[in-house]
Amino acid sequence: MTLLEAEDVRAVYGDGCVRCLETTGDRAGTNQCSRCGSIVACAEIDVSVQRGEVLGVVGESGSGKSSLAELLALERGEATVGGDVRYAGHDGNLLEVDYQTRQALRTGEIALVHQHIRDGLSLEFTGGGNVAEKLLAAGWRSFEDVRARVSELFEATEIPIERMDDPTSTYSGGMQRRVQIARALAVEPELVVLDEPTTGLDVSVQARVLDTFRRIQREHGVAAIVVSHDLGVVRLLADRTVVMRHGRIVEAGLTDRVMEDPHHEYTQTLINSVI
Amino acid sequence: MTEHEQTGLADDASAETATEGGTNDNRQPDRGTPIRAETVDAALDALHGEGMAGYSYAYLDEHTKREVRRATLKAIAIPGHQVPYASRPMPLARGWGTGGIQVSLSVLGPDDTFKVIDQGTDGSVNAANIRRLAEETANVSTTTDTTEADVIQTRHRIPEEVLCDDQLLVLQVPVTDPLRKVDPSDAANRKRHAHRNYGKMWVHLYENVVEWGEINIGASYPTMVAGRYLMSPSPIPRWDTPKLDDADHLSIFAAGREARIYAVPPNTRVKPLAFEDRQFTVERFPDRACHLCGSEDTFLVELSETRDGSDGRFETCYVCNDTSFCEKRHSDPDRPKDHHLDREGVDWGPGTPDVPRTTADDAASERGESG
Ligand SMILES: Nc1ncnc2c1ncn2[C@@H]1O[C@H](COP(=O)(O)OP(=O)(O)OP(=O)(O)O)[C@@H](O)[C@H]1O
Ligand SMILES: [Mg+2]
Ligand SMILES: [Zn+2]
Repeated sequence: MTLLEAEDVRAVYGDGCVRCLETTGDRAGTNQCSRCGSIVACAEIDVSVQRGEVLGVVGESGSGKSSLAELLALERGEATVGGDVRYAGHDGNLLEVDYQTRQALRTGEIALVHQHIRDGLSLEFTGGGNVAEKLLAAGWRSFEDVRARVSELFEATEIPIERMDDPTSTYSGGMQRRVQIARALAVEPELVVLDEPTTGLDVSVQARVLDTFRRIQREHGVAAIVVSHDLGVVRLLADRTVVMRHGRIVEAGLTDRVMEDPHHEYTQTLINSVI
Repeated sequence: MTEHEQTGLADDASAETATEGGTNDNRQPDRGTPIRAETVDAALDALHGEGMAGYSYAYLDEHTKREVRRATLKAIAIPGHQVPYASRPMPLARGWGTGGIQVSLSVLGPDDTFKVIDQGTDGSVNAANIRRLAEETANVSTTTDTTEADVIQTRHRIPEEVLCDDQLLVLQVPVTDPLRKVDPSDAANRKRHAHRNYGKMWVHLYENVVEWGEINIGASYPTMVAGRYLMSPSPIPRWDTPKLDDADHLSIFAAGREARIYAVPPNTRVKPLAFEDRQFTVERFPDRACHLCGSEDTFLVELSETRDGSDGRFETCYVCNDTSFCEKRHSDPDRPKDHHLDREGVDWGPGTPDVPRTTADDAASERGESG
């Protein structure tokens, strides 16, 4: 059953013009409009996510992955967005709904784990406080319930419980990333968008964070969009994968098929460069 | 009483001064002709020298008063919302009630009776100065009796005697936005207010309970007004906060330095933020009574003094912070706080018995409302 369906979505930095689309993309070899100079971070994107499914998004740096992730997570950045995003159980295009509806979705059904830790966490708050914020924003008003749920999430994401009441600024990068994930999972969303979940972590920590996420994702059947420039991450987590370049999807398919039998020349180079 | 150190509130006052120093003054709109006078004395001398000619009734020019009244009306229309206004320099140091005095002078008329208290006492130099300025420029009579006043300007207290629907309480505010505690950015906080997004303040309460086992906020306890805006009730003790809930009187909060006015209209729901299982409680003074009048149901402050026969050692005792009511109780120990009303048993602030107010039901009904 389809949870999220995006059709012809785009995110543009700048004023944009009528020639933005034809002068950018894979064939043009750039994401910048030659006429008006706007950056077409992503455009002409069709993606969908089923309940419980993990969709991978790969591509080189600057290919538009984060811009797409923010758009799908209904997080308003500086980009001008367009297109159509449908979400199960909600009427209309989510890119056009009012603030209250969008906010309700973002405190409940859809969670984003930011690529940059600082965009998502208040480092002066405790780690527990950062996770509690999600629950409190969703209307939890029993201190003991909040406390118990935060402990549960620390345990599930394997953050040492005894560090729960320390300022998040004193956490290691891996712990901060886990706090982000715990925060994202706090109110049991239906869809989690993970942007570069392994960035800034050393390899051994990367593997453990991914294992943790995969376990929780499967246990709870939560759907996910996992964005990474690292093919290994997507190969490990994603059922289906889309490959982005210069703001466009150049290849899409089941992850195994994309990895073993890449059709697009760019995907082939990507895969070969890893192997 | 002012010469004694009022330990209970002195801490607040110094903390407040510290925060005041750190805020910049850039965002203050200062249009119009500033009134040049360094002190109340200088201002009044100038008035006496030239007579009232060239000066408006109630010191402020009509344009300024209209501006303040407009902002006040808007504030009343949107309970708890901070309304910006063009704050004028006043012959008082900023942070000493320049916002409050502008509101008072803008609403006072010659038939009004005016009372001014500073932390509960009418006798402080600052309260006396403000009273004198209003007396001489607005031709009002002044009083120390809460029940006789039409307008009461106050710093950090709400009187013990119940206020009525024909009374107006003007509270001086040093720091307007309760959210500044969790984020120094006013721009970000304005957005939070617009979206009723108070998650960060709730985290502050959560961490407070983690650290202290209970919510440990003294004065300026963050409160929801009419279920919509989070408001700082100014640095009144928690003791006074419940008096704002469903009150008969109108409360106007004014900050001169930050150039903001906000209000709680009569019969408005004012609810301190708290958890279902960690409730809002007021200060308690178990087994203590006022050293002067014997009251056990008033807000008491600690008093240290050397007494005869104590060999110069300090002794601590407790006295009513509201000096005017203390005097009444002194001559009539059984006088209730609603003695001047037709009705009896009016719920006004904490009662004598040492039981916390029940707010569990309230909290439950508010669940999800302020997310
Ligand atoms: N705020 C912004 N203003 C202008 N251009 C931006 C802004 N944010 C991103 N861009 C541009 O949009 C394009 C896509 O950026 P985006 O961050 O989505 O890429 P990405 O695939 O996530 O890259 P990375 O792997 O480095 O995170 C880039 O060309 C980038 O320079
Ligand atoms: Mg990115
Ligand atoms: Zn263009």
